[in-house]
Amino acid sequence: MTGTTTYLRTFLRRDRWHYLGWTAGVVLLYYSQAVSVKGLYTTQAEFDKAAASMEGNTAFIAMAGPARALNTIGGQVMWQASAFGAVVVGLMSMFLVGRHTRAEEESGRDELLRASAVSRHASLTAALTGALLANVLVGALVSLSLVAFPLDAPDSIAVGTGLTLCGWVFTGTALVAAQLTSSTRSMYGIAGATIAVAYALRAVGDVGSSWLSWLSPIGWYQGMHPYSGLRWWPGLLLLALAAAATGAAYVLFGRRDFGSGLWAARPGPDRAGPKLATALGFSWRLQRGPVIGWTVGTALLGLAYGSIGDDVGTLLGDSATSRDVFAQGGGSLVDGFYAVAIAVIALVGAGFTVSSALRPRAEEDEGRVESLLATGLSRRRWLLAQVVTTVVGTVLVLLGGGLGLGLGYAMVTGDGGRIGPFLLDTLAYVAPSLVLAGLARLLYGVLPRWASLAWGGLGLGVVMIFFGPLLHLPDWLQGLSPYHHLALVPAESFRWVPFVVLLLVAAAFSGAGQVAFARRDVH
Amino acid sequence: MVTVTEAIVDISGLTKTFGATRALDGLDLTVTRGEVHGFLGPNGAGKSTTIRVLLGMLRKDSGEVRLFDGDPWGSAADLHRRLAYVPGEVNLWPNLTGGQVIDLLGRLRGGLDEERRRELIERFELDPTKKGRSYSKGNRQKVALVAALASDVELLVLDEPTSGLDPIMESVFQEYVERFRAEGGTVLLSSHILAEVERLCDRVSLIRAGRCVESGTLGELRHLTRTSVVAELARPVAGLAELPGVHDLDVEGNRVMFEVDTARVDAAIGLLHGAGIRSLTATPPTLEELFLRHYGDALPAVGEADAS
Repeated sequence: MTGTTTYLRTFLRRDRWHYLGWTAGVVLLYYSQAVSVKGLYTTQAEFDKAAASMEGNTAFIAMAGPARALNTIGGQVMWQASAFGAVVVGLMSMFLVGRHTRAEEESGRDELLRASAVSRHASLTAALTGALLANVLVGALVSLSLVAFPLDAPDSIAVGTGLTLCGWVFTGTALVAAQLTSSTRSMYGIAGATIAVAYALRAVGDVGSSWLSWLSPIGWYQGMHPYSGLRWWPGLLLLALAAAATGAAYVLFGRRDFGSGLWAARPGPDRAGPKLATALGFSWRLQRGPVIGWTVGTALLGLAYGSIGDDVGTLLGDSATSRDVFAQGGGSLVDGFYAVAIAVIALVGAGFTVSSALRPRAEEDEGRVESLLATGLSRRRWLLAQVVTTVVGTVLVLLGGGLGLGLGYAMVTGDGGRIGPFLLDTLAYVAPSLVLAGLARLLYGVLPRWASLAWGGLGLGVVMIFFGPLLHLPDWLQGLSPYHHLALVPAESFRWVPFVVLLLVAAAFSGAGQVAFARRDVH
Repeated sequence: MVTVTEAIVDISGLTKTFGATRALDGLDLTVTRGEVHGFLGPNGAGKSTTIRVLLGMLRKDSGEVRLFDGDPWGSAADLHRRLAYVPGEVNLWPNLTGGQVIDLLGRLRGGLDEERRRELIERFELDPTKKGRSYSKGNRQKVALVAALASDVELLVLDEPTSGLDPIMESVFQEYVERFRAEGGTVLLSSHILAEVERLCDRVSLIRAGRCVESGTLGELRHLTRTSVVAELARPVAGLAELPGVHDLDVEGNRVMFEVDTARVDAAIGLLHGAGIRSLTATPPTLEELFLRHYGDALPAVGEADAS
């Protein structure tokens, strides 16, 4: 395996921040469940009552997993974190594998290295090893953090081990996906769909026909039953599947040509539709996929929150702190809960807004702007079309969240009357989202190299919403976040003034960015 | 030779710096209507920077730049409808097909000649249904070339357009450039494929380190350089070494080899004539030699057809 270690060393170096980010995220996911459950309920009786209510909630079970020992902290951690944890390590594995296999091959960089004295499988093996190691790191730290909490040691170790094995399975399937198609995007599509199917199988299985859960690696992981009668043998299933998938990937790798996939690339239309050649039509065509994807995402998130219905009180228990958190605005507990849910949906949706606002920079970085601007298309119109797409996309993504929320709520309570108000409530968040888009535009116009700093604006918003009041941060600091000024609908009633002011700020940022862009060099 | 001609591109004293790097340092360039103008220079001489200033992508620091007698920075989009540009590095959108990109660029320029589009796709053997991500470098270049050559424009700005093409496709390209010129079009062709420049270009500008070092027709440029002469004579010739403009003289009996400044050829041949010429070969300098003379120290691999 000449060259494998050299490859591996480069990969580990290039990925170190990725490792750190994913690991921190997953560990926090598990550990924060333990902390929040512990703080939420003051007496065991209260805990039992909440657990009983959760066990009866089909939507919750479909989202999280089989309800076991929900009146214990361990049971709650496993229930609330394991399905998402498995999905997250699946995504991590997919990206780590993809970026060193198919993406490198597609870009042609791999060819350069492969022509040197390395064995044919070197990069594949190094990418595999890197992803396996990352999963070990995540699993080990999850176990450690839970043991330190403290929760039962063998069960906590099983939680981490099962997670690592889940990650290994998805490493194997991602490796297979990388052999199937010649494009990185479709590889991510296939590997992502595999994770989604695994998640969906166990969701349907946990709610009804439990044999379906046994078709899903995530089901096997949850079938290890940590903190509720631990058994190790489902872990062996995970290990076997991971090995089988990896083996299959190696066989497929040996049977295909460099640069191609086993599936031939599909041809597309040989002519452009009439709309493509307009500034707006073109910009929409580029961002259509992300808009649809994010809208579906926020809609599902909304559905999940909405399906809690008006049962909020039981879930939160009677502890004063939790009620304080959700009843900040002074409204009812249910409204308080949905105000927070809408804020979360809005923050997630702002992820679309920022990435969409940064799209022009990506286009410029990848050298695709020059050819366009050398035609009759002016800079101003090109960028303006991108702005319009970002604004329209933001509205759609937010409305998707509101609609999901309203529908979920209607399904559980039978009351469809909240769909309209929820739509309006989420729409209020267009204003702070667009402030972030304006910031991205301004940076793009003035300091394109630093445009990604706009993500920092979103980070600030997240921190201020969740921790600002708790940490008693000074008002001016909280005021830097555009979200701080907006009324927490529906707990508070909507206020026009901050909404309009935020929109004006967004327009000013965006306009200044436009002017700066018209004056600078384009590369 | 004074003819009144319309300047399509008129650049004088153009400077452009990137931080501490002076990319263009008082560059002059004139392209007149109806000519194919070769723009030559080694990598990093400033060819692409000049073209980007000309297209209004980069802002000039100082100097005068006119395109169709307009300001390429201020009224870029209007001027761009009259030209088509093929960059040296063509990047396509991964999920749009070649056919879609051809239509997109063509329509944004104000329309495509449908008949010519079909013909070019066939001649360049391009599959327009493939997605951008699956094209090779050469095929990406073909997409941009088809879009440019099928557009109804007055000026083609081509920045090393054939660096990824095979020789057959290169000759297809040359054929279409010649046809474009025959129809009255103007071309600014940046290249370092000298055979291509020699075949296509009416005039040539050589640039080095951000300045134009030589400009003129190939004939005029050759005039500034030396012709190699090999002659067999009836008897030894005297006085050749003393003749101004003669270099690298090598005498082997009655056979002489030397180089002579092209302006002095007449005097040198006169001397040879006196000694009775048995055979004579006089070779005008190739563009490659011209190039080497200007850039010799900075150019390791002249004549390499493919830079990639």
